[in-house]
Amino acid sequence: MKPPPFDYVAAADLDEALEALADASVETRPLAGGQSLVPMLNFRLAAPERLVDLNGIDELSRIEETEDGGLHLGAMVRHRQLERDPLIVRRTPLLAEAAPFIAHPQIRSRGTVGGSVAHADPAAELPAVFLTLGARVRIARRSRDGESGSRAERTLALDDFFLGPFFSALEPDELLIAIEVPPSTPGEGTAFDEVARRRGDYALAGVAARMRLNSGGVCEEAAISLVNGGSTPCLMREAARTLVGAEPAPEAIGAAAAACAETSEPAADMHASEAYRRHLIRTLTARVVSRAAARART
Amino acid sequence: MSRAGGTWVGARVPRNEDARLLTGRAQFVEDVEPPGTLHVAFVRSDLPAGRLRRLDVERARSHPGVHAVFTAGDLGPLLHPGAMLVPPPPLEGLVFHARTALPLVRHRIRHQGEALAMIVADSRYVAEDAAQLVEADIEPLDPVVDLGRALDESTPRVHEDLPSNLAAHVRQTKGDYAAARARADLVLERRFSYDRGIGGAIENRAVVAEWDARADRLEVWDTTQAPIPVRNVVAAALGLSESQVRFIAPFVGGGFGPKIMFYAEEILVPWASIRLGRPVKWVEDRYENFFATTQERGQLHRAEIAVTREGRILGVRDIFIHDSGAYDPYGLTIPINTQCTLLGPYHVPSYESEFRVAFTNKPIVTPVRGAGRQHGVFIMERLLDLAARGLGLDPVEIRRRNVIGPEEFPYNHEIMYQDFAPLRYDSGSYEESLEEAVRLVGHETFPRERERARADGRAVGVGVVNYVEGTGIGPYEGARITVEPSGTVRLATGVGTQGQGHFTAFAQIVADAVGVAPSDVRVVTGDTSDFHWGTGTFASRGAVVAGNAIHAAALSVREKILRHAAEALEVDPEDLELVNGAARVRGAPDLSVDLGALAVRANPLRGAVEPGTEPGLEATSYFGPPYGTTANGTHALVVAVDPETAMVEILRYIVVHDCGTVINPTIVEGQIHGGVAAGIGNAFYEELVFDEFGGTSNASFMDYLLPTSTDVPPIETAHLETPSTLNPLGTKGVGEGGAIPVAAAFAQAVEDALADIAPGLEVLDIPLSPGRLFDLLRTRRESRESHAESAGGPS
Amino acid sequence: MAWSGEVEPRLLLSDFLRSEVGLTGTHVGCEHGVCGACTVQLDGEPVRACLMFAVQIDGHEVTTVEGLAETPPGEAISVEGLHPIQQALHEAHGLQCGFCTPGILMTAEAFLRENPAPSREEIREAVSGHLCRCTGYHNIVEGVALAAERLAGDGAGADEGDEP
Repeated sequence: MKPPPFDYVAAADLDEALEALADASVETRPLAGGQSLVPMLNFRLAAPERLVDLNGIDELSRIEETEDGGLHLGAMVRHRQLERDPLIVRRTPLLAEAAPFIAHPQIRSRGTVGGSVAHADPAAELPAVFLTLGARVRIARRSRDGESGSRAERTLALDDFFLGPFFSALEPDELLIAIEVPPSTPGEGTAFDEVARRRGDYALAGVAARMRLNSGGVCEEAAISLVNGGSTPCLMREAARTLVGAEPAPEAIGAAAAACAETSEPAADMHASEAYRRHLIRTLTARVVSRAAARART
Repeated sequence: MSRAGGTWVGARVPRNEDARLLTGRAQFVEDVEPPGTLHVAFVRSDLPAGRLRRLDVERARSHPGVHAVFTAGDLGPLLHPGAMLVPPPPLEGLVFHARTALPLVRHRIRHQGEALAMIVADSRYVAEDAAQLVEADIEPLDPVVDLGRALDESTPRVHEDLPSNLAAHVRQTKGDYAAARARADLVLERRFSYDRGIGGAIENRAVVAEWDARADRLEVWDTTQAPIPVRNVVAAALGLSESQVRFIAPFVGGGFGPKIMFYAEEILVPWASIRLGRPVKWVEDRYENFFATTQERGQLHRAEIAVTREGRILGVRDIFIHDSGAYDPYGLTIPINTQCTLLGPYHVPSYESEFRVAFTNKPIVTPVRGAGRQHGVFIMERLLDLAARGLGLDPVEIRRRNVIGPEEFPYNHEIMYQDFAPLRYDSGSYEESLEEAVRLVGHETFPRERERARADGRAVGVGVVNYVEGTGIGPYEGARITVEPSGTVRLATGVGTQGQGHFTAFAQIVADAVGVAPSDVRVVTGDTSDFHWGTGTFASRGAVVAGNAIHAAALSVREKILRHAAEALEVDPEDLELVNGAARVRGAPDLSVDLGALAVRANPLRGAVEPGTEPGLEATSYFGPPYGTTANGTHALVVAVDPETAMVEILRYIVVHDCGTVINPTIVEGQIHGGVAAGIGNAFYEELVFDEFGGTSNASFMDYLLPTSTDVPPIETAHLETPSTLNPLGTKGVGEGGAIPVAAAFAQAVEDALADIAPGLEVLDIPLSPGRLFDLLRTRRESRESHAESAGGPS
Repeated sequence: MAWSGEVEPRLLLSDFLRSEVGLTGTHVGCEHGVCGACTVQLDGEPVRACLMFAVQIDGHEVTTVEGLAETPPGEAISVEGLHPIQQALHEAHGLQCGFCTPGILMTAEAFLRENPAPSREEIREAVSGHLCRCTGYHNIVEGVALAAERLAGDGAGADEGDEP
């Protein structure tokens, strides 16, 4: 279980990384935290010709408030920081709540938010959490022939980013450089929970929920997304919509949970059958949405 | 029968070995790397069954950094099937087909991961690069995967020279089961399954060999539990004298059974070192470990119990199939353990037990902690639970009515055990152990607790089960004890350590006999140049067999010390005591002589040693028990089940155990904790998943789930001490006991927790993964709903 | 110590420490980041050495088990001279074969720096990224709790209430 040979570029800044990715003659993969990539290399399930190491790029590690009061998380922000950074904990408690479910501290001290999202793993926690938060991703590449400037950037709603299992809208020369989370609004509550075989394992199923209530306790906005609920990290729009316009009473939440389970497309694997996953999705959705609603009320 | 009445045996002595382990200085095999070492990677078959048509290694051979690529054709006289390690016992009507593997595949591939070629290169990295360049042309064959169909006539054969996949057939009986059955008030039959798992030592296997052409000696570092037998086999295979070959099993990072096996790598690596004239090193990686290291557990049972109205057992019948994997080098140890251990601590007047061992295209099965005993315990305890339910009895009550009482020892179960001797229990505390566990878990008041939890919306349940464990079997072990001129006492024994605290527990035995502190005893284990008689560390026998050999040697050395001291001090040996590293006169502590001085005196440089005496304060002794001693215990646990998620949480875990004389309670508790953790893995987490093509789907620690700190609860232990009558120390084994009854306890507790929610739910298959529990719950719910409909619905 | 030299990019940090630097206390159990045996500290944070390349530590500080306590070569090691966490694991019998122990020590040391007075439950959580097949974890948890008490010195150590 030793990795195959590869060339290595330690990028000193973003332009150097983009430069390496832009060279189509060498199959290049970015190395962020490496907590998913390196096991694949060790099992020799991946054999890129070149790795471009992002760990030396300071500008990708920034955590800042955006102009609209949202949160900018550089792609190389570590999972550990989601639990610890006071700004993150205050602004988006959902991230801090979900982060401890990701593997173990030793993995979280290396793993990055950008790496997790770009990996597009339907079983991972962060893609679902960011979807629930309505996050957007910022993507950069070196300018292609005919384009002005040295660098081109685009921003994509996260919902448009996931195209399939381990498959995203990133082009080979593109790099996910940041995730932006919109500001939370008054009357908002969020929650996350999952069922995993062991602490730190990929979840059999998980649910992230966000709900905004008006002063009368009526749900004005709701978002639910699933971990391992389909072939991609997925928002459950229909189910969430059923909650809007009414008070989140247990029956309404139960109905939304049932809708969530029904419209989800969980896969069967050695750890859980499709029916079991669906059942977990229903149970967890009810529990998580109730918790989010309770938090929204306070 | 004297118990060693000293101050150290029985004390909570902190371990001598810890300082080295805690600082990273302890020597493990993987840490050994002589200058110029070459590294090995094996090319292994991805397919579980096939014919190797062609193997092209030329590209690999010419890859830069590769020194050699060996295939079956290169092995010459080494190319013959491996050793048959444990022949079956002489049972009447026995059928047994011995089949062992070639070191490298020649024609036929019989399980995934069988080695096709061996690559020796400058580094493991390069060796793996070269392995990818080997082209194997393999004709796939239909694999035998499903144990339930392995013995069907239509199933392909794993060994083409045999008429079927039957590896063995054994029938043992006691009393007249048919008559018992006819007389019974209740007869219950069920099918049970117990699935396959790995040993799971965190250290994988490793072998480092260095041939020293000038000294004409071979030195091999090996992660084995049995360095002496392995050395002997390797010496014979390589045509060397046993004295030319030194095997060292230094610190070994967990054994749990699979490291007792003899493996092809243990011959191939030394052979390559001789051939290439360089040190050669192979370190198994985790992926390989899932195929190249042996596994255990797959069995399917159809069992029946016959009881009276009062819940007394009249008889048990059990027919089962045991999965041996592709070969059967370890004979019948596991299924015979199952067959014998099923009887447990109970009166079972009649017993009809029959098993068939099947070859399958899966990795080889040899003992893993528990070694088939947990299957037997699971079947018996489940049958008792089902009978109790059928009779409206409490599960504890039915056990009370059947356990063997304290006045009934020695107790003979009549059938033959794995050590070739009849299954006899020397001593035990079956009633006491059950009652103590019942008391500790608060069984009498548990119904109230269950109600309280139910009111909080939680489903909790309790399980209480018994087990016995045959331990401390022969043939023998030995020990040599030497007092050095420094006053240090040296102990050498063949039984190596994989974490059991031998450097401490063995030292305690010596310390009591010769009057030193355990920290003054330097223990050497697992090095054939220090001691080369014995078998190894397995089957919960170290403290019994080696322990009593050490005890005997220590008493002999004590005699010698006293004799020399008496001469030196000119007193009668009777008047001496051994305290604090010195012999001194009782009542006159100023009159004393240090052990070191006595060691010098016993090894004079001038003068003459008296005829008929030996130099030095040294003695070697051996111990071989007439038959195994039987330990026992009771486990009780409380679980909470979330019926919605099918997740189970263990709230309390209690172990009452009796391993006879306890040498070091702290170490014994550690053994129990680890055993229970492995049992929890077995019961709830660990399962090897084979796909329809016979491939292992979860050959990684991501998907094969070893329990971690949040899955294993705190474990409460209580020690009972009923000394063994079969050895002077009174010790019994404890290494496996913790793991044995866990699944049975777990099943009972889960059923208890769900008694209202899913009445009639039966846990018959292990592991009980949450997915499996979910299916059971769903089935019960559906059948209840359909009952409700048919009972109350409109017609 | 400072190490300078060149290595192949693909050399795993775990292999680098063991074979290039000769620090064999860092053990390798799975090489896919699950078992935790190879855990070391990178600039004080616990990481899996099997999931990093040696080239990535250029300019960083790595602490291995050998760095927990001064154990000069050539001197006999006694428990008394060890780090309080090492001593506590010894006293609590928190190790058996000892193969997973170095990694656990590196996690526990970082954990207690961040959370000097943890509950038993927090300790279980903190060490859950380590597989140990020998101890059943019970005594590891007790050992870390004991270390917390010792390190706190003033008795404000682990909360004892939550486990028997």
